[in-house]
Amino acid sequence: MEKKRNDYVDFGVMAGTYKTRLTKKFVDRSVWQRPVAGEVLSNLPGTIIQVLVKEGDTVKEGDLLLIHEAMKMFNRIVAPVSGKVVGIHVMLGDKIGKNHLMVKIQPEEA
Amino acid sequence: MADLSKDILTLREKKAVIEKGGGEAAIEKQVAMGKLTARDRIHSILDKNSFQEYDMFMKHDGRDFGMDKKEFPADGVVTGTGTVGGAPVCIYAQDFTVAGGSLGLQHARKITKVMDLALKMKCPVIGINDSGGARIQEGVSALAGYGEIFYRNTLASGVIPQLSLILGPCAGGAVYSPALTDFVFVVEKISNMFITGPNVIKTVLGEDISMEELGGARVHAEVTGNAHFYALNEKECFEQVKRLLKFISWNNQEKPKAVKAVAPKMKNIDEIVPADPKQPYDVRDIIKCLVDDSDFLEVQELWAANIVIGFGRMDGETVGFVANQPMVLAGVLDCDSADKAARFIRYCDSFNIPIVTLEDMPGYLPGVDQEHAGVIRHGAKVLYAYSEATVPKITVILRKAYGGGYIAMNSRHLGADFMFAWPGAEIAVMGPEGAANIIFRKEIMDAENKEAMRQEKVREYIEKFANPYVAASKGFIDTVIEPKETRSNLLHALKLSVLKDEFRPAKKHGLPPF
Repeated sequence: MEKKRNDYVDFGVMAGTYKTRLTKKFVDRSVWQRPVAGEVLSNLPGTIIQVLVKEGDTVKEGDLLLIHEAMKMFNRIVAPVSGKVVGIHVMLGDKIGKNHLMVKIQPEEA
Repeated sequence: MADLSKDILTLREKKAVIEKGGGEAAIEKQVAMGKLTARDRIHSILDKNSFQEYDMFMKHDGRDFGMDKKEFPADGVVTGTGTVGGAPVCIYAQDFTVAGGSLGLQHARKITKVMDLALKMKCPVIGINDSGGARIQEGVSALAGYGEIFYRNTLASGVIPQLSLILGPCAGGAVYSPALTDFVFVVEKISNMFITGPNVIKTVLGEDISMEELGGARVHAEVTGNAHFYALNEKECFEQVKRLLKFISWNNQEKPKAVKAVAPKMKNIDEIVPADPKQPYDVRDIIKCLVDDSDFLEVQELWAANIVIGFGRMDGETVGFVANQPMVLAGVLDCDSADKAARFIRYCDSFNIPIVTLEDMPGYLPGVDQEHAGVIRHGAKVLYAYSEATVPKITVILRKAYGGGYIAMNSRHLGADFMFAWPGAEIAVMGPEGAANIIFRKEIMDAENKEAMRQEKVREYIEKFANPYVAASKGFIDTVIEPKETRSNLLHALKLSVLKDEFRPAKKHGLPPF
């Protein structure tokens, strides 16, 4: 801590730009990305124990796609939109993390 | 006589001018967006002909930038009193047609005046927000106005219910009044709330996002948790307001008004929870089997849906429900669901509403993001809120009650008045698999067939510990009941708790882990 820190950076806020230091949390923050309709991501780390659709299937919003075991529960993963299944990115028995792309659905034109 | 009628005519003319707000063109624009005018909004919430407007003749005192020559009818905010279901409320509505509903000092003083009245008369205050923000020409006076509102929001907190309807833009400092109130209502395509708008974010950080994606109704209902009720149009929003007001008490010295008791419509309570603890179900179905007329008003339905909170009635009296939701994220406690439950528990405690907790949860959500987001600090809020609450507190363990979650969800140890468990309840320090691996590590390691031994030990553990009887043998559970007996047990417990009197050490205020 003796080393003199001289790591001020330019930092823009509404009213102007200031010399300051940044927190680690700010530097490491993830930039917001627009969610893609039809991409089904995992919201818990867990294991795929059932795959109920295949590529090319037409699904309706709410249809069961997968069973994902996580936190001692068989979680039902359902289609967020109606459309055609264009990609299944998990296989039976796969252990996946959070935010893993599991299924991709091409939403049908409204 | 002649003079008098002339005076009356003058009064009527003056009122008619002010009631036109920002004029025909501005009203037309407002209506084209699916929005009602400020006064129409008030009339839509209050009992017919009950609105009494005050301070419609108040004028702003801006003098700079040509403001001295400008007239703003009612200074851009309609304030007054009325009744809902025959009981008094105070209400204000910002009028976007008048100078964009911008807030100057007198505009703010009209609001604080009606808030002071609400606090004095011990009735709810309903605020309708539709404003472009601070009236810049008034400078620091506008900021003073906001500050005076926030101060009163805080004084009124826990004394009278405060409802905020976001029926238009609500940006910058303005968002903090709703944030300090008890219930925030948003409407699709009409509500917008943010501290800094998309333009600033794009300029400063380069992040490109639309107003709707940044702070639209759905975002606040589902992602941020700032909103408690989400509606598709204003009419639905007003119905939600009126429905909520039927469930809650008018102030912290009263209980909610009781209504006629009705038996639940849903009766299949013993068919909802699957025997396999790994199978999900919708815990709201259990609540509907317990409450009068199966009528349950869910609060924050879309945000942190892994916990369900809301109001129902039992034998005509309002009860607050807190229930783990196995259907979403396996019903875990995490940062958001802990915040959601804790705030609701404190609301019920402030306003004399008994709390029924329905428990079926595997524990806290593991993960780096949770730990780094402060799940320790957030999770502690649930412990604090339950321990602090002195209203009747009853828990029913439906199925899983593991580890820290068992303690957090209104356990006996945090002061529950009644603890019931269903016969399939698993009350244990952790799930059977994890526990068996630790307790019988040596036996499993030494076995010829490790997997077979592991399975056997898991079964042994389930038999010995994953049931309600160990906890019942220590008096941590008062009784093990059949699902069908749940409503009658709850009704009896609530009846016994009517005169509940419990005291906490005197203090200025506690220090809940915010």
